[in-house]
Amino acid sequence: MIELADVCYAYPGAERFVLEHADLRVEPGTIAGVVGASGAGKTTLAKILSGFIPHVDGGELSGSVVIAGRDLAGLSLSACVRQVGLVIQNPFNQISGARYTVRGELAFGLENLGTAREEMADRVTQVADLLGITQLLDRSPYELSGGQQQLVAIASMLVLRPPVLVLDEPTSQLDPAGTRMVFGVLSQLRESGCTIVIFEHKLELLHAHADRLHVLAGQRIVASGQPGEVLADPRTDEWGVGATRYTRTGRLARDRGLGPVAVPLPVSFDEAVGFFGGGPR
Amino acid sequence: MSIAIEVADLHHRYLGGVEAVRGVSLRVASGERVAIIGGNGAGKTTLVRHLNGILQPSSGTVLVGGTPAHGRSIAQLAAQVGYVFQNPDEQLFAGTVAADVAFGPRNLGCSPEEAAARAASALAAVGLQDQAGAHPHQLSLAERKLVALAGVLAMRTPIVVLDEPTTGQDARGVELVAGIVDALADDGRTVVAITHDMDFCAEHFDRVLVMAEGLVVADGDPREVFEHPDALARAAVEPPQLLRLAERLGWDARPLTPAEFVHAYAHDPRTLGDGS
Repeated sequence: MIELADVCYAYPGAERFVLEHADLRVEPGTIAGVVGASGAGKTTLAKILSGFIPHVDGGELSGSVVIAGRDLAGLSLSACVRQVGLVIQNPFNQISGARYTVRGELAFGLENLGTAREEMADRVTQVADLLGITQLLDRSPYELSGGQQQLVAIASMLVLRPPVLVLDEPTSQLDPAGTRMVFGVLSQLRESGCTIVIFEHKLELLHAHADRLHVLAGQRIVASGQPGEVLADPRTDEWGVGATRYTRTGRLARDRGLGPVAVPLPVSFDEAVGFFGGGPR
Repeated sequence: MSIAIEVADLHHRYLGGVEAVRGVSLRVASGERVAIIGGNGAGKTTLVRHLNGILQPSSGTVLVGGTPAHGRSIAQLAAQVGYVFQNPDEQLFAGTVAADVAFGPRNLGCSPEEAAARAASALAAVGLQDQAGAHPHQLSLAERKLVALAGVLAMRTPIVVLDEPTTGQDARGVELVAGIVDALADDGRTVVAITHDMDFCAEHFDRVLVMAEGLVVADGDPREVFEHPDALARAAVEPPQLLRLAERLGWDARPLTPAEFVHAYAHDPRTLGDGS
């Protein structure tokens, strides 16, 4: 379980707090989505959840960040890494630069954790297969397209099998099929007990895959709930979260006096079929 | 109508042996807005990197503004083609946002005053005028992408190439980028953008190229292209959401935007063709 209580944070030398009195609770074995406008502090929160802040970035962190009963502040960075895998926002920066092949890149984290050679090879093969990148294993990580590099970045965390996985916009470079595949893999990981926190702008996918959605705005978590509830909230614009295309289209129809009055605005494709299926009046 | 870009039988093979572009030919007229879509590794970025000389063809030719791109330096091409990288961190280097954005126009021979004025107006266009004095790496990734975009806008090139301009942007950021694409087109400039965002592509581009396995497998206006499920499936892309919704509802109308969708809905969508 993840429990953040009263977390405040400012980067070193910065006057402004990025987070102020933020609280977040994520149940074990669930997928939590976090949404918010650009600059709301999502990347900062992802780094806090993985111990990257304060262990690497420094800065002024207060409040408690407890993962599986242990406060990250009391753990070393290497203990944090075993507990939480962080897929950072810019996949180009996740590639270590220390290995010449994707296979070497995927094994790099395991090497650092002292994993046995055979076990390392097995895990790399298994994760490459899961993410459909087996054919890239002997290529240079720097000769890949942006989307392929992003899959390698995700794979480099999955091989570590951390009990908690934090992903900062993990599908930003992926085509729609690749995006759906990654969300499918995350759902599988949840079934095996992994706790997942995902920072994303793709609202339809969060609606389909997340157990709960949390909104980050004004330096704290301002709303938490079932994805459908949160995305139907009239305050989504005010929060800078936006709305799905189906909600926006439903709203436009309603503004013109069209569509069913008793049915809530649609969030997903299926709800939109129901909403618009009955005709304009 | 003049031709901004002409590519003939372009092939590109990387040193590692991967042939990322395997025979692409295309013509882009001045003032056209062209979106390139397709699966990861389809060759989209490799193709556009020939337009400003970052890559040289293994074979085939690339003409920019009527003259061959190969043999000309990146610096020579920079006055004609502005290129916004997929990864802003490959592009930003200066100590302040304003200096970064002014660097391009300075290199094109603008006076310091003119470069500063262009930088200020480009930063205003991306909504980052208040961050002019910040260090680029103090900004979020989404903001750094907008700074990289401003750097190219400040160069005022006749051709602008954008590699995945909306990724990482929130709803407001996507709208802002879309507004910039529209404004560039209104100004008669040619825009070529790689994108995975089908809705952005359907709403703001006149023409869509679909790439798969190093080839262009479909080319046409968005409504036409999204009618070819085979080419789309081969390219690992899917039609925009509202088009799929209209199809599921059994409509003949083919709406691409919320406004088109509601218009069709208000009338009898089962008999309206063309989303109009």
